[in-house]
Amino acid sequence: MVRYILKRFFMMILTIWIIATLTFVLMNAIPGSPFNEERTSNEAVQENLERHFNLDEPPIVQYFIYLKSIATLDFGPSIKKPNSTVNDLLGRGFPISAELGIIAILVALFSGIILGVLAALRHNGIIDYLAMTIAVLGISIPNFVLATLLIQQLAVNGGFFPVATWQSPMHMVLPTLALATGPMAIIARLTRSSMLEVLTQDYIKMARAKGLAPYKVVIKHALKNALMPVVTILGTLLAGILTGTFVIEKIFAIPGMGKYFVESINQRDYPVIMGTTVFYSAFLVFALFLVDIAYGLLDPRIKLHKEEGN
Amino acid sequence: MKSQTTQSHDHIDPNSKEIPLDWFKPLEGANDSANTVVRPSLSYWKDAWIRLRSNYIAMGGLIFLILLGIMAIIGPYLTPYSVSETSLANQNQPPSSTYWFGTDNLGRDVFTRTWYGARISLFVGIMAALIDFTVGVIYGGVSGYKGGRTDNLMMRIVEILYGLPYLLVVILLLVVLGPSLSTIILALTVTGWVGMARIVRGQVLQIKNYEFVHASKSFGAKTSRIIRKNLLPNTMGPIIVQMTLTVPTAIFAEAFLSFLGLGVQFPFASWGVMANDALTTILSGHWWRLFFPAFFISATMFAFNVLGDGLQDALDPKLRR
Repeated sequence: MVRYILKRFFMMILTIWIIATLTFVLMNAIPGSPFNEERTSNEAVQENLERHFNLDEPPIVQYFIYLKSIATLDFGPSIKKPNSTVNDLLGRGFPISAELGIIAILVALFSGIILGVLAALRHNGIIDYLAMTIAVLGISIPNFVLATLLIQQLAVNGGFFPVATWQSPMHMVLPTLALATGPMAIIARLTRSSMLEVLTQDYIKMARAKGLAPYKVVIKHALKNALMPVVTILGTLLAGILTGTFVIEKIFAIPGMGKYFVESINQRDYPVIMGTTVFYSAFLVFALFLVDIAYGLLDPRIKLHKEEGN
Repeated sequence: MKSQTTQSHDHIDPNSKEIPLDWFKPLEGANDSANTVVRPSLSYWKDAWIRLRSNYIAMGGLIFLILLGIMAIIGPYLTPYSVSETSLANQNQPPSSTYWFGTDNLGRDVFTRTWYGARISLFVGIMAALIDFTVGVIYGGVSGYKGGRTDNLMMRIVEILYGLPYLLVVILLLVVLGPSLSTIILALTVTGWVGMARIVRGQVLQIKNYEFVHASKSFGAKTSRIIRKNLLPNTMGPIIVQMTLTVPTAIFAEAFLSFLGLGVQFPFASWGVMANDALTTILSGHWWRLFFPAFFISATMFAFNVLGDGLQDALDPKLRR
């Protein structure tokens, strides 16, 4: 187990390093310096600017400065927002994005699992068809379409919820709904198919035969095992939620990390793009690492130390 | 009966290795109706088609996609307007008999633009799927067929690529390369083929140990022939399913990128670009500008998803009832 965790940990560091390097190489591949567009600066100003951002050093030195800045979690100043550093933006945006993301993933998990279990218990019944219709629609409708639909119907026409921003719990309903529907649909489908499989197992018949209450059979015996596939795709779902926050935050004008990221893309603010990309990637890769380990701990059928043989 | 057999044995020289031809006479009554094939034999693909045909939802998806393809080709020619033709007099017109889907804030015909958008979105989706298919099949095929250390190394690379956050890499590439139709397709496929490679590799690893492959090998078939004739046709099912699921992913990704300002650029118009442009005016009640592109994105993704599900059921021999 310890060796497996170490191996996964090493892979995680390697992946983050590759992303960081890729980001660096790509950003350096852009012709010209980031300051070329601004015509106002003269030679001296330009040189000072370049020195300030270490752009006068040879690329390999820049690369090591960059790696050091990542290792020390200091992503440097923003080019287009002179008064704030990338860390400032992350510090301001991340708590809001994390709040939105965590609420969304919890909503997606609970509603998805409940929908999936109900569909499996009423296999080929009305509830099953209804739940699966919701699931396929949820997968097919892109989150930005859903978001605008919700704003139009429930905020503008209905007036039930505020249109945008992130202040009170009422403000959180629509963004969360828009963000959580896609993952919820995926979880519902997965839970349903794995529940259907588990329900045919002998130990379920056994549990029923010994007269256990139906809800106990479902929750204690079936669901516990049926949830394993859901755990495996948690990492992917997290990635989906995270990238989903880019558009959701843009549409609802939520001042989270995604909004800064999108802004930095549109303004070609390279340090911010680099910093947020590396931060996002490291966050995701770390989450995947945790999911992998959790999976190993949860499923006794997986002997982790055997996997080292591959 | 018995005497007859002994009789025929007397004829031959026990040292001869030749077997007399009259030993091979068909058994009496062997040619009766029990042995004739009554029904026409079904190939794998025919069988799959029959099962797909009985799946109404998947067929609905297929028919929708065929109609969409036709409209993408002929749709823009059904109106007198061109895709980028602006008309100041006809800004933000609601759908009417002159403008079937209305016009946008520059007076451009939404109907014409919707089918142009279909071209772009379908092109992006299908190209991404085809490139993923080519790279993934070659990479996964080689990895699975070679096995051993080669497989190990190739799969380590795939594992790392698989760990990279897909859309972040795509965004990063587009920021650098600049958004255009070709760079979007390139960015979508740089890491997109990994899923396909994993599927193909898993299938090849399994199938290459089946008896018919060994038989083929013992008859002296070359590696290329084994891959082309034995392995690929038998992995086609999961590959096709994966491709039908790649297309909506790519279409979604393109629309998503348009939302970040990284979509296809003027004068092209994809559904994502149209929806993004319409977003700013949603509060002014010009619903048609958002509705049509959004509807077709969703419907296309829905159609591909249900078709993919249907194909999965139809092509997977294990699910046969």
